[in-house]
Amino acid sequence: MTPFDEMTGLTPDGVRGLYTEVKRWLDTTPPETMAARRAQAELFFRRIGITFAVYGDADAAERLIPFDMIPRIISKPEWSQLEKGLKQRVETLNAFLSDIYGPQECLKAGVIPSDLVLGNAQFRLEMMGHPAPHNIWVHIAGVDIVRTGERDFYVLEDNARTPSGVSYMLENREVMMRLAPDLFARHHVAPVETYTDSLLATLQSCAPTGAGADPTVVLLTPGRYNSAFYEHSFLADKLGIELVEGSDLLVRDNRVFMRTTDGPQRVDVIYRRLDDEFLDPLVFRPDSMLGVSGLMSAYQAGNVTIANAVGTGIADDKAVYSYMPDLVRFYSGEEPILNNVPTWRCREPEALSYVLDHLPELVVKEVGGSGGYGMLIGPTSSSAEIETFRAKLKNAPAEFIAQPTLALSTCPTFVDRGVAPRHVDLRPFVLTGADEVRITPGGLSRVALKEGSLVVNSSQGGGTKDTWVLDD
Amino acid sequence: MLSRTADSLFWTARYVERADFLARVIDAAQRLTTLPASYSDASSEWESAVLSSGSGPGFYALYGDANEETVRDYLVFNQDNPSSIRSCINTARSNARAVRTALTSESWEALNTAWNELNTVNPSMGAEDFSRFLEWVKGVALAFDGSARRTMLRNDAYWFLRLGGGLERADNTARILDVKYHLLLPASEAVGGGLDYFQWTTILREVSALTAYRWVYRESVKPWLVADLLILNRQMPRSMISCYDVISRHLDLLGDQYGRRGASQKQARATLSRMTGMRIEDVFQNGLHEFISKFLIDNEKLGAAIAEQYLT
Repeated sequence: MTPFDEMTGLTPDGVRGLYTEVKRWLDTTPPETMAARRAQAELFFRRIGITFAVYGDADAAERLIPFDMIPRIISKPEWSQLEKGLKQRVETLNAFLSDIYGPQECLKAGVIPSDLVLGNAQFRLEMMGHPAPHNIWVHIAGVDIVRTGERDFYVLEDNARTPSGVSYMLENREVMMRLAPDLFARHHVAPVETYTDSLLATLQSCAPTGAGADPTVVLLTPGRYNSAFYEHSFLADKLGIELVEGSDLLVRDNRVFMRTTDGPQRVDVIYRRLDDEFLDPLVFRPDSMLGVSGLMSAYQAGNVTIANAVGTGIADDKAVYSYMPDLVRFYSGEEPILNNVPTWRCREPEALSYVLDHLPELVVKEVGGSGGYGMLIGPTSSSAEIETFRAKLKNAPAEFIAQPTLALSTCPTFVDRGVAPRHVDLRPFVLTGADEVRITPGGLSRVALKEGSLVVNSSQGGGTKDTWVLDD
Repeated sequence: MLSRTADSLFWTARYVERADFLARVIDAAQRLTTLPASYSDASSEWESAVLSSGSGPGFYALYGDANEETVRDYLVFNQDNPSSIRSCINTARSNARAVRTALTSESWEALNTAWNELNTVNPSMGAEDFSRFLEWVKGVALAFDGSARRTMLRNDAYWFLRLGGGLERADNTARILDVKYHLLLPASEAVGGGLDYFQWTTILREVSALTAYRWVYRESVKPWLVADLLILNRQMPRSMISCYDVISRHLDLLGDQYGRRGASQKQARATLSRMTGMRIEDVFQNGLHEFISKFLIDNEKLGAAIAEQYLT
């Protein structure tokens, strides 16, 4: 099946109106000029140090994520529809989390099986009866969207823990504006630079009620060896907030302080980029050197806001994901605006037997996995790989879900020989504050650089593109 | 500002300063050893380069003999020597990376670019490339220092950088004197002759002050004036007293910003007033070596006081 190409549509020589100028730019710019600009982009990223670390790859401790210079374009009507769907989706995530750590109505009504929620490794018993400040759990969501046709968008994952990649959205735009000002001049591209202001406003709006008019927000990082450290320092800088490590914080009388050159200073909101398990060695992993002793008790006492809240991992479990359309209906009474990808839950015997019979056609994922690790893409796997996976699946079916292999849309991309279509996805960032929901027009478009590959994760050789939402 | 941030800034500046110092010491030693044997004693030059860098024990644990090859290996490229030029640049960059938000993009890029370039350097380069490399190291320090001066806000972040730079520089100048003080003692004047003259000018080269010497004293190189220039002359930016001017001023600025002064302000002020108004004759009279030794100890104590007061 030929995938939908966002520039040409379904006819290889056609051009969707949206891409007229990009097509002309590609056709008329001499290849040397393009090559020079691409080299310039690489130099720029290297010089300012936009790198990420690949775990287990000692030689390339700091690598660049390849940047593809051809922008990906989304029309205003397409975006408006996505925006509505995202808002509905994230409101549901928040309602769901408030519910399961509170009255558990959705379990009582049988919308989702209790054992799937309560027996889940991501369910945090510590949060029962401790509503997040302002009832907001997922302050920052990075919802992964894929497209299969002119009007067909699907949510692939709800990243509700500590989604990353927003620095690439912002830096890609900066680089693009330097490299192709002429192309910008011929489009009305909605700006993305408002993201940082929106993020700060979101975080401040969620400060505990006792925090005063000018709450202190910090960004908690696992430290410079974390793969996303560049992003942490980038965001802290743009937000004008301190970038703290666990050892910089201390808890006294259930209040959180940071150690400064001027003595301890009170902290009201922690934008953490550290997983739940590492937050507080007194409550979670006792061997965590990255967290803060006593943080959870300060949190439960309502003296500090943690964003995203503790326990949101349950909402981006891939088996829970499969219930999202029902949860949308349950909490909002509306029909879901964004589709889910049809999902077989291998915990259900009938689904499992279907999946086992159709492995070569399906994508199978671990329910708690992320980053493109631990998954099987049937159509591109050898029969030996499929058999190995079959054994894993049979051994612990509840740990897996399966989905049809989608023909993800493609975008024109620079490859070794000229320009060729490559599969893409889209991660818009949805910010939920106590005051409003803010969605920056655009997001991170990731592109699978290998021909035919459907894996866009940067840890697996994916690249990124600037994403343009047109304002007219 | 976070204590950890202040600590990283302080050490970033120290490591940059140390890399620059090492480059100058090695450059000066190399220059001296190219003179005919009657003017210099090559082996002792390399040895004193090792001692001035403060890495004697580590060096002699690995090598029997200090010569151009072993010194280049240990003081310049060895990753296991935490004070090699390579390690200094790596550590400075790594510290800076941890606190990028406290640096301007210009200052960060100065170090990050240096680090990227250092990774492409071939340690077994020829002599000519090596001396260009040493120039490059000095250029890194200039670029970092210059970018900080030209772009950073004048607040505690900047002051901790200047403080680290000042403390390291004071230590470096004192260390050269600690290793070579005997060359400057009055007795050596009587010996006269070529050997001493080149030793004195080498000391001046190590602190980039050969030209400065002539402008300040307008006479031929005399050992007590070399000591004066390095210890008590306020015109000379690397003199011990100038370093303490810088240290004391920036500690006071921090004290003002935070609304209180402590042990570090007091100690820096005490060292500075002891040197103010002192004449080089007094220093020699009471013993040059004793003076330098005490200075090094005091400087180290001040580092500890700063750490205690601000960095932890």
